[in-house]
Amino acid sequence: MEEAKEHSKHAHGYGIYVLVWLALVTLTGLTAAVAGINFGKLSIVVAIIIAVIKSYLVLTEFMHLKTEQRTFKAFIFVALFFIIISLALLFSDYSFYVR
Amino acid sequence: MTTQEHAVEQVHRDDIRSKMGMWLFLFSELLLFGGLFFMYSVYRFMHQQDFSIASKEMNTFLGTLNTVILLTSSLTMALSIAAIQRGKKALSIFLQIVTILFGLAFMVNKVIEWSHEFAEGNFPGSASLANRPPGQILYFGLYYSMVGLHGLHVLVGMTVIGFMTVFTIRGKITQDNYVKLEAAGLYWHLVDIIWIFLFPLFYLIT
Repeated sequence: MEEAKEHSKHAHGYGIYVLVWLALVTLTGLTAAVAGINFGKLSIVVAIIIAVIKSYLVLTEFMHLKTEQRTFKAFIFVALFFIIISLALLFSDYSFYVR
Repeated sequence: MTTQEHAVEQVHRDDIRSKMGMWLFLFSELLLFGGLFFMYSVYRFMHQQDFSIASKEMNTFLGTLNTVILLTSSLTMALSIAAIQRGKKALSIFLQIVTILFGLAFMVNKVIEWSHEFAEGNFPGSASLANRPPGQILYFGLYYSMVGLHGLHVLVGMTVIGFMTVFTIRGKITQDNYVKLEAAGLYWHLVDIIWIFLFPLFYLIT
């Protein structure tokens, strides 16, 4: 019962959600607009950075990670850490085959 | 009334662990899509030119529209939880239905896009696609499998939210017990995040 009470403690505001949505739509417009400009190799970097910022907003605000217990944040950190490690290992391995 | 309240208190409930279970499931989804994203990254690295040429055939307008639709559906989903937290049952139900309708709009756009692609002969295994350079075949293969798998997730998400709407109407999801709705929301937001990456990777290659 205590946990249920603790759980309902964080009633999330409507306002912040609308603000986050506005930021997300603006960033979408930005990605689409920036794609028209040729940054060469940097284009993909810019697109990924914007996607990461958008994901961060969705994770912290919409998915309530901001108000969640520290365990949840640790979980996500570990999951993302291993995804990045796998990607790094993949490309370090792959670079041997290219040349 | 007092006996009923007593009975409710005795039901074992652990919202924090329920959500933790949902997150663990989401990590398995992350691995599922992660593997596909890894495959995409290597093939794109191998066939940069072909990927760029093939992506020019995508309908950027519909892609951008679908991104905005999915982001807005995430907003209505989050708002429906905020509404039930305040005990506004009718508003929460309304917002859940709006979320499902946005999901439907997303799928309708997908059908328009795919029928256009199919009409041009760019479907998996088609003769005209087989005559293209290997990089473009890979691009379309990845496009159909990744975007298709994501579309399947949108359909599943819509179904799950549909069940949540029924639960809310029947009073199984209430101001004091809305962890099911939160779990459905987490799934829906994950589907949104996957699209956030799929959109620039398939539609916006310069």
